Amino acid sequence: MSALVTKSLVKRFGGVLATDHVSLTVEAHELHAVIGPNGAGKSTLIGQLAGEIVSDEGSVHLLGQDVTRLNTHQRARLGLARTYQITQLAKEFSALDNVLLAVNARAGHKAHNFQFWHNAHDDQDAMQRADAALATVGLTSMRNTLVATMAHGEQRQLEIAMALATEPRLLLLDEPLAGMSQGESAAMIALLKSLKGRYPMLLVEHDMEAVFALADRVSVLVYGRIIATGTPDNIRSNREVRAAYLGEEMP
Amino acid sequence: MKFFPQPIVWSSPRTVTAIVVLALLAMLPIIAAAFDASYYVSLTTRILIYALAAIGLNLILGFGGMVSLGHAMYVLLGAYAVAIPASHGVTSGFTQLAIAISSTALLAAGVGAVSLRTTGIAFIMITLAFAQMLFFGAVSLKDYGGDDGLTVAARSSFGAFDLSNNVTLYYAAFIAVLVALYLSWRAVLSPFGLVLRGSKANARRAIALGHPIFQYQLVAYIASAVVCAVAGVLLANLTLFASPSYGAWTVSGELIVIVILGGLGTVFGPVVGAIILLALEEALPTLIEHVLPDYKSNWMLLLGLFIFVVALVLKHGVFGSLKSRSP
Repeated sequence: MSALVTKSLVKRFGGVLATDHVSLTVEAHELHAVIGPNGAGKSTLIGQLAGEIVSDEGSVHLLGQDVTRLNTHQRARLGLARTYQITQLAKEFSALDNVLLAVNARAGHKAHNFQFWHNAHDDQDAMQRADAALATVGLTSMRNTLVATMAHGEQRQLEIAMALATEPRLLLLDEPLAGMSQGESAAMIALLKSLKGRYPMLLVEHDMEAVFALADRVSVLVYGRIIATGTPDNIRSNREVRAAYLGEEMP
Repeated sequence: MKFFPQPIVWSSPRTVTAIVVLALLAMLPIIAAAFDASYYVSLTTRILIYALAAIGLNLILGFGGMVSLGHAMYVLLGAYAVAIPASHGVTSGFTQLAIAISSTALLAAGVGAVSLRTTGIAFIMITLAFAQMLFFGAVSLKDYGGDDGLTVAARSSFGAFDLSNNVTLYYAAFIAVLVALYLSWRAVLSPFGLVLRGSKANARRAIALGHPIFQYQLVAYIASAVVCAVAGVLLANLTLFASPSYGAWTVSGELIVIVILGGLGTVFGPVVGAIILLALEEALPTLIEHVLPDYKSNWMLLLGLFIFVVALVLKHGVFGSLKSRSP
């Protein structure tokens, strides 16, 4: 069963067709990348998939279930986890508390946290899961560090840790390499490689080298429309893609 | 089971401050009696009542990031839940508390369900609007004093003991503050509190993780209103009076000032804020009268200056600026 299927997804902002009948699938175990120039509608598409932006037409199916009419937190509870292009963290929390917040919302976990008495840190099971997520992204040593004092690259890693801590069935990664130094990028690419195959992923990214190194399939989004989908090699040699987007930048 | 929700760091300035303040409050009636200064018992009772209301407001303002400019309406409701039954001869504190808590929970559920659809300035305005409605609702109660308010003939009685003694009332308020502090401490650190604080720190992220934050905010809003209503019950007992002015928007503003002065997002901050604000309101007029008799009506200028300096210098309020790793 495909992890994600969208059918003819549309979003209009006034007269602008931001998402123009986008149909794409993310297969189980697949890392599917979406590339496109600035303003192609990548972030709008991610917003529609996560439920933050309401689609005008079309449908979204998550693991075979129609989630088109579900809102953001309901989709998250079904296993859709996302990261943001611009880091969205609880800045006054420690790294641990950020991840713990995610663990307490994990897919399939009880639907709410209306427990008022025990310290959230006394939940050993949740703490182990949180520590495991921190360990996966290599932030164990930052466990008790306030997010506001962490470096940008570390905050980006924490974003991934939070997404993983929800035990997702689909990861939406919105430009995980944005604003990173070369060293930080290399570490992030290695991390994504290690996650590949374990989770179905939809990766939106600007960094061509990273996309061609990581993706099983690539879709090219231009003016809200998918003009090509294929393996990295296919995309690299696709003439329409070259004309519309890649130009002479092709590696 | 552990009594405290988290280990106590005895050496932290916050712990020391909280213990010293609570110890002084616990002994105040004894000290006042020794100095034959019973006036200070009722003054401090008022401080405790404001502290209690501020602890309630802090639940949503400090930990949930919801700026309610209408929480005085729940104090008003609590006060009228004493005064109106009392005017019909019902002086049972249990009955009055039950009326105060149930009516407040109902009202807060409705007001919260509507106003929590909004955030930021819109939330401030809508909570203010509801509070103004209740204020004028109280004014229109001609049978119960209208805008003059109504006096309370007798203090509430709780079975074997009643609140008619000033010292008893003082300790009732003190214990209410202790209980509210303890419960909010636990709630803030609990899984519920983690989501609530997370929704303040980054609502978008909390939702994207799968937390339906509206439900958390609503529950916190109702709890916070109920605490304010209990403060209203105590206030009517202290002043033997209930008036629409208890629900004036300036009172809501005062509660916000207390919370911010003490330290947003700290459990004990509201107590410190209430002590500082009400003590200054008491002391400044006298002080000015001695130093600058011609300007004695201008004492509020000084108070404003003080709040200004705290806001400017101590970003996290007086208590919040003390060092500690616990929230």
